[in-house]
Amino acid sequence: MTSGSVHINTDIKKKVSSFLVGSNKNRRFGDKLFHGLVFGTAAYTLFIIVIVVFSVGAGSIKIFSQEGFIGFVTGTAWNAVEGRESYGALPYIIGTLMSSGIALLIGVPMSMGVAYFLVEMAPSRVSGPLSFIIELLAAVPSIIYGLWALFVFRFLIKDWIETPLYNTLGSYIPFFNQAPFGLDVFTAGIVLAIMIIPIVSSISRDVMKAVPDSQREAAYSLGATRWETSRMAVFPYGKSGLLGASILGFGRAVGETMLVTLIIGNAIGPSAIPTTLFSQSQTLSSLIANEFNEASSDLQLSALIGLGAVLLIITMIINIGARIMVSRMVKVSPGGRE
Amino acid sequence: MSSSNNPSSRKEKSSGERPSKAGNNFRQTFQEISIKHASRRRITNKIVSIIAIVFVIGAIIPLASILFEVIKNGVAVLSVQFLTQPPGAIGSDAGGIGPAIQGTLITVGLASLIGAPIGVLSGVYLSEFATTSSVKGPKQRAISFFANTIRLFNDVLTGLPSIVIGIVGYVAIVLALNSFSVWAGAFALSIIMIPIVSRVSEETLKLVPNSLREAGYSLGISKTKITLFIVLKNAKDGVLTGVILAISRIAGETAPLIMTILGTSLFFTSLTGPVDALPLRIWRLASQPYESAHGFGWGAALVLILIILALSASIRLIARGKGIRVRTETI
Repeated sequence: MTSGSVHINTDIKKKVSSFLVGSNKNRRFGDKLFHGLVFGTAAYTLFIIVIVVFSVGAGSIKIFSQEGFIGFVTGTAWNAVEGRESYGALPYIIGTLMSSGIALLIGVPMSMGVAYFLVEMAPSRVSGPLSFIIELLAAVPSIIYGLWALFVFRFLIKDWIETPLYNTLGSYIPFFNQAPFGLDVFTAGIVLAIMIIPIVSSISRDVMKAVPDSQREAAYSLGATRWETSRMAVFPYGKSGLLGASILGFGRAVGETMLVTLIIGNAIGPSAIPTTLFSQSQTLSSLIANEFNEASSDLQLSALIGLGAVLLIITMIINIGARIMVSRMVKVSPGGRE
Repeated sequence: MSSSNNPSSRKEKSSGERPSKAGNNFRQTFQEISIKHASRRRITNKIVSIIAIVFVIGAIIPLASILFEVIKNGVAVLSVQFLTQPPGAIGSDAGGIGPAIQGTLITVGLASLIGAPIGVLSGVYLSEFATTSSVKGPKQRAISFFANTIRLFNDVLTGLPSIVIGIVGYVAIVLALNSFSVWAGAFALSIIMIPIVSRVSEETLKLVPNSLREAGYSLGISKTKITLFIVLKNAKDGVLTGVILAISRIAGETAPLIMTILGTSLFFTSLTGPVDALPLRIWRLASQPYESAHGFGWGAALVLILIILALSASIRLIARGKGIRVRTETI
């Protein structure tokens, strides 16, 4: 019995080892093949980039040859009537930057506060579950934020924030002088802020965690309070990482489509330029989503893809800038390959 | 960077007993400030702490509200009929979201079949083949330049707005096939998936100790088999979390689907025809002016959120106790 099982065992071992080691010729060929395969999958990324550039370029060439790039970017008309077709992207560029700017102004300080609480204040039995909840919030799809904003949040914001602001400041400051409706650039900005808080705060948390404790200890040993320690030792050390996190959040807000489509009011043409905080507006991505399936002519479709090209350029600039800053920080932080 | 923050401690270390003049000044000023403004500083500290706590509460309330509303309004419409039937006439409260659930499973499944292998193998290349020390000189420089380019482009792809990826799916596949199709949707979603999977795989594979690879080499095992049966096997949980993370991300994507799979109220017929999806259905329902449609929208949102939370929970179950770092968000 025992000798039999030992025999089988060595048999299996032999088979396994001959499989693993293999013949020299097969092996070199197999290695080459595998190397080629993984190289090809990595190079597939380059292929996708080429497809992205080609698709957006080919799709928008018609509108850029008709209006010119500068003309398209600075134009304000959006007229799809046959024979009088004219398209310009300026109102939506402004709408995009304004709603994302509001998101940045509100979202980033809140995210920094959350990260400060998680890293510097909370004991681990609080920060663990709290981090979990915040990461959960990051997993919620933006369409659900949009649904919630459209049916729940817009009434709250109209009654509790916009109307009081309008009543108290509306007659003095033109910026607030429009009767609020709940579906406007301000609401969109706030919901975008809510959407980017989980992302920005978890990256900021990681950046602040990567700041070595010796930094904090030095400040504490000089008698600094917790806030002074962060202000003098933690934030300056991690400032490029924190800035990068904020810009990445901005990039997310700029590219966000669905929730904006539902709540920004979907104005078209020159009236989409927000003149007050409570104006209806439109962003680049929301106009694409709204009109793509209803485009009546090839030129209109091309204009929509042209909006995509403008959006692509804006987000590329934002993202590459942010990544350069974050990687500068990560190089300083400990960890990496063991 | 650190020297600019605490010059006094640095200076003292280097010059031994005698603190430099600058360090002395710094310490004096600091002591003066700390004594003079002790109570004000403590109050500032307290105020900042309170603000931070208020911000935390302010960040959590929306989550609570979203989950509460989705569950409250979603449960009200849930039924077997709702989950299995195609949508009824517009404005009526008959029918369900069967095609949307089916379409999401098919589109996301196909996208994963395309995206997961490519992403994992691309991560294998970046971790195992691009950092090779067996070649030297210009060839090695070329390889590391190529790898860095791939990493940068993966990052660029991660940052692309999903609506732009939808345009790519439309121009590259829909116009080529001359029809809105599942293929176009799956292709677009795989573009979102690949960089996430590639990055997580690369990071996980790099954490596999080199001694394991060396043990394999010393036994004369080929690199292919070391990679597949030793390195990937050791890192499989981490790689799997990356794949599931990417799936949970694309399951909620709406924008690319508008111009690729279009959405329909019918069940799936073929891979070259249009199909419905949950996020798309939520959007269409929310845009309709009927109460019943809004109710259905909440129900579809509940189903979608349950799918995504189940995926997130499974990531955590896989990662638990294995020291795998899970990030739900990807930058």
